[in-house]
Amino acid sequence: MRADTKVKGRLRRLERAAEISDGKFVRQDKMVCLMEAVIESADIVCVEGDNQKQADFLSKCLAKINPEKVNKLHMVLSTVSLGEQLDIFEKGIAEKIDFSYSGPQGLRMARMATAGKIKIGNIHTYLELYSRYFTDLCPNVCCIAAEMADRDGNLYTGDNTEDTPVVVESTAFRSGIVIAQVNNIVDNIPRVDVPAGWVDFICESPELFFLEPLFTRDPAQISETMILAAMIAMKGIYAKYLPKSLNHGVGFNTAAIELMLPTYGEELGLKNNACLHWLLNPHPTMIPAIEDGFVKTIYTVGSELGMKDYIRSKPDIFPIGRDGSMRSNRAFGQMCGHYATDMFIGASLQIDPQGNSSTATADRIAGFGGAPNFGCDPKGRRHSSPAWLKAGEEAYAGLQSPPRGRRLVVQLVETFHGKMEPTFVEKLDAWELQKKAGFALPPIMIYGDDITHIVTEEGIANLLLCRTYEEREQAIRGVAGYTPMGLARDRVAVENLRDRGIIQRAEDLGIRKSDATRDLLAARNIKDLVKWSEGLYDPPSRFRNW
Amino acid sequence: MEHLEYTFKSSGGICKIRKIFSIVGVVASGNLEVMMERKNLDGGSHFVIDTSAQGFDEAWKAVITDFIERNKPSDLLVSINDNAASPAVVSMRLDQAFEDLTTE
Repeated sequence: MRADTKVKGRLRRLERAAEISDGKFVRQDKMVCLMEAVIESADIVCVEGDNQKQADFLSKCLAKINPEKVNKLHMVLSTVSLGEQLDIFEKGIAEKIDFSYSGPQGLRMARMATAGKIKIGNIHTYLELYSRYFTDLCPNVCCIAAEMADRDGNLYTGDNTEDTPVVVESTAFRSGIVIAQVNNIVDNIPRVDVPAGWVDFICESPELFFLEPLFTRDPAQISETMILAAMIAMKGIYAKYLPKSLNHGVGFNTAAIELMLPTYGEELGLKNNACLHWLLNPHPTMIPAIEDGFVKTIYTVGSELGMKDYIRSKPDIFPIGRDGSMRSNRAFGQMCGHYATDMFIGASLQIDPQGNSSTATADRIAGFGGAPNFGCDPKGRRHSSPAWLKAGEEAYAGLQSPPRGRRLVVQLVETFHGKMEPTFVEKLDAWELQKKAGFALPPIMIYGDDITHIVTEEGIANLLLCRTYEEREQAIRGVAGYTPMGLARDRVAVENLRDRGIIQRAEDLGIRKSDATRDLLAARNIKDLVKWSEGLYDPPSRFRNW
Repeated sequence: MEHLEYTFKSSGGICKIRKIFSIVGVVASGNLEVMMERKNLDGGSHFVIDTSAQGFDEAWKAVITDFIERNKPSDLLVSINDNAASPAVVSMRLDQAFEDLTTE
C-alpha cells in the first residue's frame, strides 16, 4: 500500500509557491498570495497564538486571503487573543476551531458561537492540544513567530520560544508547510532554535511580534486582606507541608506570597526548606525572593516583558542557553507543572459548594490554558517527596488504600472579587455556558475532588481530611465568608470541622490580624522591584509612574 | 449615606480592654475607619455606623455578630466610618482594632 499522499500534497503546494517566494524568503506584500498557494480548503492550520507571543503579521495576512479560493479551514491554536484570529471566521475563511484559552477574545468568541459563526471543536488544556497536534489534529500548515532568522533560514526564538517547538515539530514531520514571521533577518543568529531544514518560508514582519506583559503585578495594588490570606496560606500550608517544588498562578494573591517570602516566609523557616524549585513565568514579583536566596531554579513556559536582562544575569536560576539568552518551552513547562511540582496554588472566579471551580461566565468562553494540568493530582506520578507523602497520608488515611502520595492543589481566593462579586456560588455559570454553547460538558477548570485546600481571608478548608460530601460542603461554606453561599452554612457543623482542624481560622493558626500590613511586602511598588534587581528589571512604561 | 446602630447585651466575656481607645483603617474607597473605646454599657457593646453604601443592613449584622461571637467583648463602643468596604475588610478591621485595644 502506498502511503505518500501527504508528501505529494506538500510538493504540489511548494510547486505553486515557487514563483511567489525567493527560495525560502517571502516579501511582506507577497505573503497573502503565498498563503493562498500553500493552504488548501479544509486544511488544518495553526497560526501561532501563544499565551504571550503572537504571529500577528501572519494572522493579519491569513485574514486577507480570498475565501472563494481558500475556505473551511480548521484552526488549531493554543491561545486566541487577537481580533484577526476570529475575523477569519466572520469572513468565511475558517469554520472550526480547537483551542485552549481565549481570555481576551472570550466575549466575542461566545457571541460568535451562539450566532453559529464559529464551530468550537473542543476546549483543551495546553498539553492536550499539543498532544493532538501529533495525533488527530496535525496542522497541514503552521504559521509561527520567531525573533530572528539567518540567511539559511535557521530561526532564533529566544526568550519567548513558548509553543514554537511543538507547533513546528508536529507540522514538519508530517509533510506540513512551516511559515515563519521574524522580527529581523540577520547574518548570524545567537543560537539555532529551529533548524532551517524544518522551515519552508520566512518573512520579515513590518513590526516586532506582539507580546503581552501578562505576568506583571504591581505590588502597590496588594491589599491587606490579600496579605492576611497570604499569611494564612503560608503558615497553614507552606510551613506545614514544605513543598519543595511548586507553581503559582498569576493573581495578586499569589504575588503577595512571592513578595512575603523574604519577610514572613523567612520568619516561618521556609528558606532552604520549601519553595526551592519553581515552574513559573518570570514574575517580576519573584525578584526579592530570588535576590534573597530563596529560589534554586525556575523553569518557565514563557518570558515577561522587561525581565530579559534580569533573567540573563541569573543562569543558575533560569534556563539559559550557551548564547546567554533564555529559552522557554510551554510544552515542557506544562509537563513540569503536571509531574514535577508538589503544589499548585492559584485563583478562580467561581467556586461551588463541592469545590468545582471555573473562570467561565455565561457570556464569556475563557478556556482552560494550563490550570487543569497543574490543578490536579497527576495519577501517573511515582516519585516521592515529603509534601507529596504528607498530603497522601491525609488523603488516604482510614481508607482501604495502599500508601499513596497526593499533590497539593490549593485555591487561594478572596470571598468577594472585583465589584463585590461573590467568588463562592451555589451553581457555576459554566452550566449556563454549556447550555448556550452546546458543549458536551460544563467547562469546569478544576474539579472539586482535585482540590486539596481552599484558602480565603476567612481561613483554610482542608478538603483532604473530609470524608463525605456533606463535610466537604460545610468545610467550603465555612471559609466562604459573607457570600450568600457562606451565610448558608450550618454553623454547628462548621464549628465541629474547626474543632477537628479541617477548618483553620487565622486565630487557630496563631496569626494576629494586626500583623497583616503592607510592611510585610518586600517590595511595595514596581520601583522597589527595580531597586531589588539593581536596575536590571526594566518595566514596561505603563507600569512606570516615577 | 446610611446611619446604622446596633446594640448587643453582655456576651458573658470579661473586659479585656487595656487601652482607652484604638483606631485602625482609613476612609478610602473600599476601606473603613474603626474606632473602639471602653464605655460602661453593662457588659454590652454598641456599634455606630456611617456608611456610603445603602442597603447592607443584613451584611453588617452578620459581620458584627461573628465579631461578637469570636471576641466576646465587654463594655465596648465601636464607631465606624465606612466607604463601601467589603465584609471581608470590615471583619479584618474589627479584629485588628480589638487586638490593638486589648494589647498593652
